[in-house]
Amino acid sequence: MSNETLEATPKHGGSDDGRKAAMALLAQATAQEMQQFWAQWNEKPGVETLRGPETGLVMIRGRIGGGGAPFNLGEATVTRATVRLDNGAVGHAYALGRQGEKVRLAAVFDALWQETAQRQAVENMVLAPIAQRLNDSLEGKRAETAATKVDFFTMVRGDD
Amino acid sequence: MYVAVKGGEAAIRNAHKLLADRRRGDRSVPAIRLDQIVEQLALGVDRVMAEGSLYDAELAALAVKQARGDMIEAIFLVRAYRTTLPRFGYTKPVETGRMAIERRISATFKDLPGGQLLGPTFDYTHRLLDPELADDAPVEAADRRIETAEQTPRVTDILSHDGMIEADGELPEGSETGDLTREPLSFPLERDLRLQALARGDEGFLLGLAYSTQRGYARSHPFAGEIRIGEVEVELDVAELDFPLTLGRIRVTECQMVNQFKGSSKQPPQFTRGYGLVFGQSERKSMSMALCDRALRARELGEDITAAAQDEEFVISHSDNVQSTGFVEHLKLPHYVDFQAELDLVRRMRAEHERASQTSDTQEAAE
Repeated sequence: MSNETLEATPKHGGSDDGRKAAMALLAQATAQEMQQFWAQWNEKPGVETLRGPETGLVMIRGRIGGGGAPFNLGEATVTRATVRLDNGAVGHAYALGRQGEKVRLAAVFDALWQETAQRQAVENMVLAPIAQRLNDSLEGKRAETAATKVDFFTMVRGDD
Repeated sequence: MYVAVKGGEAAIRNAHKLLADRRRGDRSVPAIRLDQIVEQLALGVDRVMAEGSLYDAELAALAVKQARGDMIEAIFLVRAYRTTLPRFGYTKPVETGRMAIERRISATFKDLPGGQLLGPTFDYTHRLLDPELADDAPVEAADRRIETAEQTPRVTDILSHDGMIEADGELPEGSETGDLTREPLSFPLERDLRLQALARGDEGFLLGLAYSTQRGYARSHPFAGEIRIGEVEVELDVAELDFPLTLGRIRVTECQMVNQFKGSSKQPPQFTRGYGLVFGQSERKSMSMALCDRALRARELGEDITAAAQDEEFVISHSDNVQSTGFVEHLKLPHYVDFQAELDLVRRMRAEHERASQTSDTQEAAE
């Protein structure tokens, strides 16, 4: 697709931070979640796919010593899609992996999120359950890791 | 005159069919599924992702299955696959300091903030084969301990507060991050390119070199300052949005090796460092990488280059197992004409040798 179409993304009312957080959650949704949320969505808009879903690579970077100059660590597969709803809203999505349909639906929800009237529904029905699952998983892993923490103790030998 | 010899098509076709048959093996045994490989042979999958230099667990599992468990063949398959895809861009550097930690240990500080978190480690196991694993015995869920999240600062940051250790590596002002998948390597290399090569280098090769530095070839008195394994967020700047997009999370292993350094006329004595960062859970590889990184900084730190592990061209040129196997295994391909030429040459040399010895025999007899 041409750059003109990409630049035609309508400005949304929300902050970039809000949309960034929403897109981060959509990227980490499972394909099953996206399909389920779309199936449950009332009054589905007409969706035109402007780009993709297409799979490519990103070169992932690290930093020397953890915080120094960047270096190229290795690549990862990424899938992206851009859609336009029948009201003109354009949505984008990028996610690690090769799940085209998941990413296309993520782009649809990104477009819906940008409409003020739909945002709350996207937050409640889509983003909240994804956030909940990710948080539970993170907390679970943290607790499992914490159980392997070494509690050092000192052996005192003798009476004095 | 060059005569092409044709033939073998049927043999090759049948060989590949036989390969497919042997790969499947006994049909009464269920076929292995990719999710089983991803879940239960996870460290093998991680190695294929690291050395294949492509983070995609399902693809790596497919490669392992297709390669019948031959890791280097699987890595080769992954490398070949990546050439078929377009590149969308370079991500922002991952922040390992903000890792969701699954394991984190330090061999230098017992009581470091955040503690020693052993995680799912083979360390302290007795390396006795467990017959119970031969069957599908139920496995207990892991224990959990609920506690308030503690900060886990990097050991190297703790040490750097009083100047006892050098800073994270910087490159000369204005240098661009090198990418060996785009530009052929030309020696000498900057540290960024060396790290890229080491990150995808063969675990066994780097392990052997790392071991050699411990045994006295380029000794560097290493300590495992910190090893951490966990997930980091991946972010990408894209043209269509004016904020960096989160693409998801990947698991990496990071090793901060802390090494002794005497100091020089310009620098006071301080600890130097070697760095390792690898896709997936791969402690051995990240430690080997860090030891090799440190050894390869000999030139930068003004050390004598006396050992193989310090020789950048030697290490980096031979660390890639796809390149190595390509050149070693190409010896299997027909070299009939080459060999005929050599055979002819040896025949002629032998004939000359025979003539020469006959002549000298005659001379000796005459004397």
